[in-house]
Amino acid sequence: MRHLRLPFAITVGFLALLVAAPAWACGGLINTNGSVTLVRTTTLAAYHEGIEHYVTSFEFAGGEGEFGSIIPLPGVPTKVIRGGDWTLQRLVQETQPQPEAFALAATAAGAAEDRAQVILKTEIDALDIVVLEGGGTAVGDWAREHGFFLPPDAPEVLDFYAERSPIFMTVRFDASRAADQGLGAGDGTPVHVVIPTTNPWVPLRILGLGASADAPVEADVYLLTDLEPTTLPAPLTPEVASRLPQGVRPGLVLERSEEASRSLLADLRSDKGMDWLPSSGMWLSFLRLDARAGDLDYDLAIDASGAGQPSPVAAGLSPEAAADPAGLRSFGPALWTAIALLVLLGVVGTLERRRGGRPAV
Amino acid sequence: MRRRLLVLSLVLLAAACAPASASPTVRTVRIGIHYSAFSLAVIDVDPGETVRFVVSNADPIDHEFIIGDEAVQIAHERGTEAFHPPRPGEITIPAGQTVETTYTFGARDLIFGCHLPGHYTYGMRGAIPVG
Repeated sequence: MRHLRLPFAITVGFLALLVAAPAWACGGLINTNGSVTLVRTTTLAAYHEGIEHYVTSFEFAGGEGEFGSIIPLPGVPTKVIRGGDWTLQRLVQETQPQPEAFALAATAAGAAEDRAQVILKTEIDALDIVVLEGGGTAVGDWAREHGFFLPPDAPEVLDFYAERSPIFMTVRFDASRAADQGLGAGDGTPVHVVIPTTNPWVPLRILGLGASADAPVEADVYLLTDLEPTTLPAPLTPEVASRLPQGVRPGLVLERSEEASRSLLADLRSDKGMDWLPSSGMWLSFLRLDARAGDLDYDLAIDASGAGQPSPVAAGLSPEAAADPAGLRSFGPALWTAIALLVLLGVVGTLERRRGGRPAV
Repeated sequence: MRRRLLVLSLVLLAAACAPASASPTVRTVRIGIHYSAFSLAVIDVDPGETVRFVVSNADPIDHEFIIGDEAVQIAHERGTEAFHPPRPGEITIPAGQTVETTYTFGARDLIFGCHLPGHYTYGMRGAIPVG
């Protein structure tokens, strides 16, 4: 039977998790009928001097009650603070015509305890944020016991992340508090997570949580790094992506890769909590994710050291796929589909030519 | 002679009836749930067979095990019952727990499934062919 359980809708930002009231059937939410409505998310993952700065925004969708999300992190954060007011918007303005919002990130080592340990709690505006350490089952138990409604793919996805990093951030949005604070539908609360790590990565698979296999997952991911990064999977170029057959989603596309302009860095540095950012010498990458949820079984590993060796483990790739880090996976399912279609067309063409030369029987 | 035949008939009748009424065989079928998937996709049963299902849920989320025909499955998919009492063939298996249910089948093929939001479409279902 359908559970109309807790007054919880969830969502957003990066991860759409939990659910509840039909009124929350908004982007990134899992509705009470099990369907999921996804929205495009925007994230900044900046990496400088061994620190990953994750900036994302949680958007208030209106309505009553509470909603929330769970986000895997690459390591134990030292700070979770309110993000600046214009960092994400400024990045969008730098790279694309229209605005957006949202985001998030992560790495680490894994373990699976019986009970999740709360290692950080904080409030940011109407958001109640708890950082947990534990295995997939332990974090799932904690979430369930705290009113989060987990979709059916959550157990596998939580384990997928916990095997690499047992750190998760849960975010609960208290709509009544938001109303008290005068937040309206569409208002976002930026969150800035500071994570010391030697191995930065951005969680992507989590974006498809609760979605049907054919549902589109879209996200804008900005990277700011000291050097031009190498990522895994390697993204397609816009040119290659544009040549894919209609209806084939490209996966990751590298829309921009350039030295960050001084004006951009100056604007970002002037935002709250962003003064750690150098005023020059940073590389800006803008990746657009457009994938079928069923194909999104990877994260984005980043090597910003200049060595050109992003970690297959951080990307969530299997050892087999990792054996060819610059190859197969990096082309993305869409390109392979395109190649398969071309091969198929070639075979059909050959058969047709042969058939045309045969006498009728 | 008549009396002997009558006694013999009664003895034979009793012998014929005894196995059926004394110890009806109940088969036990164990089913695991992991990553929102049943460990069995098909469960073969005989007409009239009584089966004890022992369902273990290894996930950190609740699941259900509902036996019935398509109409029953649709009713549960659209229903609003938050938790199933242990009715024959209808149980809720809380996260990390094991729950049993015993069900006697008729002659019709049935289906089993979980109807928590999104679970059935996620693939949490299987077939029970009878016969």
